[in-house]
Amino acid sequence: MANLKALRTRISSVRSTRKITSAMKMVAAAKLRHAQESAEAARPYAERMARMMASLAGAFAGREDAPRLLAGTGSDRVNLIVVVTSDRGLCGGFNASVVRSVRQRIAELHKQGREIKLLCLGRKGRDLLRRDHGELIIETLQGLDKGFSYDTARDAAERITRMFEAGEFDRCTIVFNRFQSVMTQVVTWQGLIPAVAADQPVDDLGGAVYIFEPDEGAILEHLLPRNLGVQVFRGLLESQASEHAARMTAMDNATRNAGDMIDRLNLVYNRTRQAAITTEITEIVSGAEAL
Amino acid sequence: MAGRVNFELVSPERILVSDTFDMVVIPGGDGDIGVLPDHAPLISTIRPGVIDIHDDGKVAHQVFVAGGFAEVLPDRCTVLAERALMVASIDAGDVRARIEAAELDLRDAESDADRTRAGDELAVLNAMLEAVPDS
Repeated sequence: MANLKALRTRISSVRSTRKITSAMKMVAAAKLRHAQESAEAARPYAERMARMMASLAGAFAGREDAPRLLAGTGSDRVNLIVVVTSDRGLCGGFNASVVRSVRQRIAELHKQGREIKLLCLGRKGRDLLRRDHGELIIETLQGLDKGFSYDTARDAAERITRMFEAGEFDRCTIVFNRFQSVMTQVVTWQGLIPAVAADQPVDDLGGAVYIFEPDEGAILEHLLPRNLGVQVFRGLLESQASEHAARMTAMDNATRNAGDMIDRLNLVYNRTRQAAITTEITEIVSGAEAL
Repeated sequence: MAGRVNFELVSPERILVSDTFDMVVIPGGDGDIGVLPDHAPLISTIRPGVIDIHDDGKVAHQVFVAGGFAEVLPDRCTVLAERALMVASIDAGDVRARIEAAELDLRDAESDADRTRAGDELAVLNAMLEAVPDS
């Protein structure tokens, strides 16, 4: 019977989908562990750099000769937004939530008459934003899911610094999914330029003041671009861990849904088969009676 | 004997060294800095060079760093390095080959940014070669 055959095909197709989604879930789980480890391993560097930044920024507070990367250009006309997303889909609302937040921000800033530029790290961000805001995207970096190192982040940061020095924008913010837990990823906005010193209590040095070698200015000149690189790197790592977590959850749901669907289809299949058998028997019996 | 220095060498990717030692000598931007316990608070840049870690009256470890920052507090010393590797694992031949490549890059550099970058790379590699004993 055609109907039975269709059901059989359907069941086997859902079965193979379930196989794929459960395999993807396993892969995501393995990658998540790795990504989480590297995100945690990178934390000490970022923390210590933030501490150094805080000490240095303290030394420059209120001074007019503060470097522009620290103090900004004094204007906020052109805003650069660095959008961190994944290269691949099938990870639930991971990319959509970042992009939604970016869209809102663009609408707000446009209302205030600001100019916006977008730098996409990850292919999906560009794909999703291209239709509405294609003209704002100045550059896209992809291939991040094949693994990246600090050098990748440093290159991106150098490009941002060069653009800043060329006066292409006044402010820069980065947006990414911060990894909170396997179930929750939080879209996070963070300012890159002007550099914000983390709200971290500066160590009590017992009244002592740091000696700076060679001097505050020279150190800041080196530290600020590095700090930018570290922030971008952190964003990438957090985003990567979030991506795998989101994909794992999404694929877990998909696997469960596929299981439910197989159960339902099996029920329908068995019922239809039973109905066909009953009809056949009735036909034979009524045929015999007619003799 | 006085206390020991809590020394940490951190790269963006992970913590490389975290232990206590007798003394650490850091290649600071303005010259080498020897760090003993109870050093005055200090923040310094680091030039490409070798960190000597002294323990038991001799140099216990040598680590090459390509630049970064050092933060010294009375009870500890933290070095943030972008790239770091043990001197023992540096292969002089390999470094020479990379120096040649970097020199070519420097010659072919078209923009100022490329030139600066190639120049920096060359300086790092030269320092790396110097770090290798008997090269």
